[in-house]
Amino acid sequence: MHSESDTSPRILAFCCMYCAYAAADAAGSLRLSYSPSVEIVLVPCSGRVSILDILRALEHGADGVLVAGCEEGSCHFSTGNFRAKKRVEYVRKLLEEIGIEPERVQMHHVSASQGVRFREIVQKVTDEISRLGVINWNKKY
Amino acid sequence: MVVAERKPIKEILAMMADYKKILLVGCKGCVTVCCAGGTKEVGILASALRIAKKKEGKPFEVIEKTLERQCDPEYIEQVAPIVEGEGVEAILSMACSVGPQYLAKRYNVPVYPALNTTFIGGSLEHGVWAEFCQACGNCIIHYFGGICPIARCSKSLLNGPCGGSAGGKCEVSPEIDCAWHLIYERMKALGKLDELTKIFPIKDWSTSRDGGPRKVVREDMKL
Repeated sequence: MHSESDTSPRILAFCCMYCAYAAADAAGSLRLSYSPSVEIVLVPCSGRVSILDILRALEHGADGVLVAGCEEGSCHFSTGNFRAKKRVEYVRKLLEEIGIEPERVQMHHVSASQGVRFREIVQKVTDEISRLGVINWNKKY
Repeated sequence: MVVAERKPIKEILAMMADYKKILLVGCKGCVTVCCAGGTKEVGILASALRIAKKKEGKPFEVIEKTLERQCDPEYIEQVAPIVEGEGVEAILSMACSVGPQYLAKRYNVPVYPALNTTFIGGSLEHGVWAEFCQACGNCIIHYFGGICPIARCSKSLLNGPCGGSAGGKCEVSPEIDCAWHLIYERMKALGKLDELTKIFPIKDWSTSRDGGPRKVVREDMKL
């Protein structure tokens, strides 16, 4: 959770084992550095990520959630990334109704060898969520 | 099964505006099958409510519980220790509308429905449910090849399609199949088309909602 003085966002990145996590690994092998704002959670497939996983991340202090999966058509489990996409859309719509910026939850696709692209995605998401800022919980209590 | 869907989150938030501690109770019956009010949906709504209340700067505690069903008093009784022992100010029920009514009868706290109960129906594909029954109290589908003209025809016609049937679709909406088109095709496949030439008499609606709230009694089951 954030302390009063902490203004850097915390972003949880659900990365699928077969593509996104491998891409993160590739970025590491290439010694590419990316924002420490992002904390990676390994999942077997982006389709493993449920609506509740995303909401709980926000509820417990994340300022943004990135769901990173395989390119469309290349999912190791065939349609897992399509399911993830629909769930991300559901959450974005729900957040909008609650009054939280839907842009805080995003899905991106990357393939296993794309270490550079993984870094670009992480930077893009971090920049966008930094612009939105840390979620303004109305700290009256 | 009874098919329902969650009310808009804004409507639910308005219902919960004055409360600090609620019990959110789901149902493992019909509403789990139609993905509206089961354990998963209880978790999602609880999380969404906590996030929304946190954004408003209001303290809010949600106790989550999912009962086997909410249409039997024995199951409703199971949340008594929570409602009566933990300072719950209101109950938000994710069952079909029967659930909140049973809860309201048993507990002396305000009870709110989180779902809109829509119809009796079944699934067409994963994630899609359609109306198949209107609970008219006198099932006649066997006269129509297993297709219910009361529920599936927009006008509940009993003696053939209206003039609005076109291309197998209903004039009310291109997404609605003309039930009479379906009945015709089914009876043709069964070799029973000649049965459709018989006039089906005017329906006695007293067995339906028109006769007032209904009750079914099994004397042999009463203790």
